[in-house]
Amino acid sequence: MSLGVKSKRVLTRVLQAIPTIFGILVVCFILTRALPGDPAAYFAGDMADAESIEQVRENLGLDQPMPMQFVTYVGDLLQGDLGVAISTGQTVTQELAKRLPASLELTLGALLLALIIAVPLGVLAATRPNSWVDHLCRFLVTAGVSLPTFFTGLALLYVFYYLLGWAPPPMGRLDMMFLPPEPITGFYTIDSVIAGDWALLKASLAQMALPLITLALFTLAPIARMTRAAMLQTLASDYVRTARAAGLSRRRVLITYAFRNALLPVITTLGMVFSFVLGANVLVEKVFAWPGIGSFAVEALVVSDYAAVQGFVLSMALLFVALNLLIDVTYTLIDPRVGEDS
Amino acid sequence: MSNLAITPSTSQRAQSREGYWHHLRYIMAENPLTGVSFGLFFGLIAVAIFGPYLVPFDPVATGVGPALQPPGVNHWFGTDHLGRDVFSRVVVATRLDLLISVSAVALSFVFGSIIGCFAGYFGGWTDRISGRLMDTIMAFPLFVLAMGIVAAAGNSIENIVYATAIINLPFYARMARAEVSIRRNAGFVQAARLSGNSELRVLFGHIFPNTLPPMMVQISLNMGWAILNAAGLSFIGLGVQPPMPEWGILVAEGANFIISGEWWLVVFPGLALMLAVFTFNLIGDGLRDLVDPQRRT
Repeated sequence: MSLGVKSKRVLTRVLQAIPTIFGILVVCFILTRALPGDPAAYFAGDMADAESIEQVRENLGLDQPMPMQFVTYVGDLLQGDLGVAISTGQTVTQELAKRLPASLELTLGALLLALIIAVPLGVLAATRPNSWVDHLCRFLVTAGVSLPTFFTGLALLYVFYYLLGWAPPPMGRLDMMFLPPEPITGFYTIDSVIAGDWALLKASLAQMALPLITLALFTLAPIARMTRAAMLQTLASDYVRTARAAGLSRRRVLITYAFRNALLPVITTLGMVFSFVLGANVLVEKVFAWPGIGSFAVEALVVSDYAAVQGFVLSMALLFVALNLLIDVTYTLIDPRVGEDS
Repeated sequence: MSNLAITPSTSQRAQSREGYWHHLRYIMAENPLTGVSFGLFFGLIAVAIFGPYLVPFDPVATGVGPALQPPGVNHWFGTDHLGRDVFSRVVVATRLDLLISVSAVALSFVFGSIIGCFAGYFGGWTDRISGRLMDTIMAFPLFVLAMGIVAAAGNSIENIVYATAIINLPFYARMARAEVSIRRNAGFVQAARLSGNSELRVLFGHIFPNTLPPMMVQISLNMGWAILNAAGLSFIGLGVQPPMPEWGILVAEGANFIISGEWWLVVFPGLALMLAVFTFNLIGDGLRDLVDPQRRT
């Protein structure tokens, strides 16, 4: 069986994720063991005496040597066991699974919105240097880098909720007048489309608009900056000059020759963008009381619910790896320098 | 004779210094914002040092004015729900915010440089192990990792500093490694080695100073990010504890009042935060123009 060049590269890339995941597990394990004080005493509760602390230590396997503890930890993880969230009494896995769709809907939506705005903006800015588009691009990039996300969110809230009254109050994913749609994907917007409930779609979009814009404003800055820089570089390259000299149409030169090549460095930067957006997501969720895993983690932090926080860190890291993997695979697939035939 | 030998070299040095000032003037003229940013930078430092002595009210004293008063003559930035003066709080917060981010960036600069220098100079296992370590840090969404570290190590300002330092470490280590490894066998390095300098002396006395210009750019670009990061952490309730004024906390406290229209509680600390980040980003861009004219965007 012979694999094409691209399939081979994709496979290699997928395999490369394994050591990364291992590293993440080690760090998360260290974080769970780095709790201030004695973890056994902590999990036993305030009222525990020495004997019951010993009991808990044994139950948790804390009397074992570290490598054995690590094996147990990974074994538990493979069974989806992240411990129990003290604040709610349910398992962390359940809590995270329940809230993940809300976070994903917001994060992916913001990424999509940012890409839709930033890429054309960057291209336009590069093709028309020093025009108003270029200045707008520069302004948005500077603002996106300098503005704290939580501040942008609150400022938008003040203007669009308090002053203008266009936006609904920041109370989660849906107005209390509505019932959530039948969960199929867990994304309220998509589920309401599937259910054919347009009023519901409108309500969930209204609720999502401000957090989405906040996150997208922050995300589009690095993307627009990179697109502009990459586009400027490819437009100055020899092959674009040749294509122009050969009399190809402006459109064809821009899209087929310049843009496709400029896209590659942009996709590479997306890794860094994901890192930022997943972090900023926590802040935006807090500002808008968005019931995702970010605000869950913030609530858990306040009451020192360590198992919940660590479950959150681990799942965010895995999500980040998955997103990066997706991007790298896409990169390989669209890279014009790699042909499918070997 | 000795006079003759010295004269051309000093004049040459004077000339290159002249060229440097010329270049600096050129960059200032080309992008006046850089000049502005240096002015803002010194302003921030002055506020951080002298602010606490100059503010009109005690930043933690409650009831110095009526509660939730909009900005006016007595209270320039208004008052909060406990009647504290927002202007005093925002000004006094500067010191803490700058202190957190400066210490974090200094820590990651020192340790990142050491790790990167060794990795770039010796290569081999040193390089592989440190590279893996840095990759592992980068495998996390950085802000989330900082949250995890602070949660695990304990909720204190000190740990905010450490967490911010750790998540910035890879940037410095990678840059130092790249800058060192391209100079590892340069002419001046071989000359230094031949004249009998030890490996460590060659590395830190001869190669490392050459990596400083790009590192300075990195530091000032990174400062802005460190400020945002620290403010973000205290916004979600980590590190700095409530009565103490800090920009992130001030915004968090004001967040409860934004939907009832008390905008000044959020806007002023938020603007201060933005101004600080903006200053460091501008300085970074300016320094980059100064150090590396090719990378201008």
